[in-house]
Amino acid sequence: MSAEATKAIEPKVLWGGGRSPFSLSYGKMMMWFFLVSDALTFGGLLVSLGFARHAAVTKGWSWPQSDQVFTHFPGTHANLPLLYVALMTFILIISSVTMVLAVEAGHRMDKKKVTFWLALTVVGGLIFVGSQVWEWSTYIAGPDGDITTWADNATLKQNFFLTDASGKLGAAGPQAYAMFFFFITGFHGFHVFSGVVINFIILMNVMGGTYERRGHYEMVEKVGLYWHFVDLVWVFVFTFYYLL
Amino acid sequence: MERDDIIEYSLHAHHSEEEGAKIRKNIYQVTVWMTIITILEVIVGIYCSRTTLMSNEDTKWIWESIKIGYIGLTLLKAGLIVFIFMHLGDERKNLKRMILAPYIAFVLYLIFIGLYEAVAVGGAMY
Repeated sequence: MSAEATKAIEPKVLWGGGRSPFSLSYGKMMMWFFLVSDALTFGGLLVSLGFARHAAVTKGWSWPQSDQVFTHFPGTHANLPLLYVALMTFILIISSVTMVLAVEAGHRMDKKKVTFWLALTVVGGLIFVGSQVWEWSTYIAGPDGDITTWADNATLKQNFFLTDASGKLGAAGPQAYAMFFFFITGFHGFHVFSGVVINFIILMNVMGGTYERRGHYEMVEKVGLYWHFVDLVWVFVFTFYYLL
Repeated sequence: MERDDIIEYSLHAHHSEEEGAKIRKNIYQVTVWMTIITILEVIVGIYCSRTTLMSNEDTKWIWESIKIGYIGLTLLKAGLIVFIFMHLGDERKNLKRMILAPYIAFVLYLIFIGLYEAVAVGGAMY
């Protein structure tokens, strides 16, 4: 691996101008900056989830348990807690792997393999977004719905109304739980969706030979960074929303 | 003006077939680890129900340790993604610090103030 980043270069040369002191191209550095700011947004969302939950628990209210809410699996009525979301997580991780394989193939200027792995990444992303659509339509309020952003939806099978010691209905609670679910998974799902679109555009360019002519596949690396970030965020959402 | 993208900065850009095979092997190993971690998390999530464990004073500590374990495994997975898949581990040290240090500082404070205030607000609500 004779990469620019592993070369020992005198600090005076490195910082002396005329080159990037980080041995990083402009586009990739901007992608990293964007990812850091986006990670702060997601960090803020997850911390606000923690805030709502800790405040509720401190008050003595119960907080819905995700393994009791997310028990459905497409095509069956069996009680399968967390299995479908685990499958979704696995699919997203695998699509991250196919993306890193596409980047690796790009380093060998292997256009066929880049096309293959990038196409698989797009398919994985589409499966994930589709699963999220299914999840939303299943869990949103309805005859079969389990969570709601409304306080008094009579159609709910499981009503996680939170009451204080005197039996008075609390304002924050299952609705907050549902709102966080739709906001966090929705915001993440939008990232996945835009990632799929971006990956698809890059896939078209790869097939058209744009990067073959340019001499390097760094563009695949850049969208790869974004795609891995989407996977990274989901790992945290999975833990802090579904597991804990 | 001289263009600065003439310098080829890409990480191990244009490596050979043998080097590629080594990198691929590493990728597959990381994949196996991430799969094992995810399966482990789900099995624990299914068989160690929080509701059951938290209902008994004697088993509360089990859930508390599972919770810490979950967070540890998540950070491990995050590390694998960032350092191996996103190749941050192969980048220059100053870049690693520039990306990680501000983020970690911000988020640690955010977690602290969020949870600290949550307990205060929860105690004072209504």
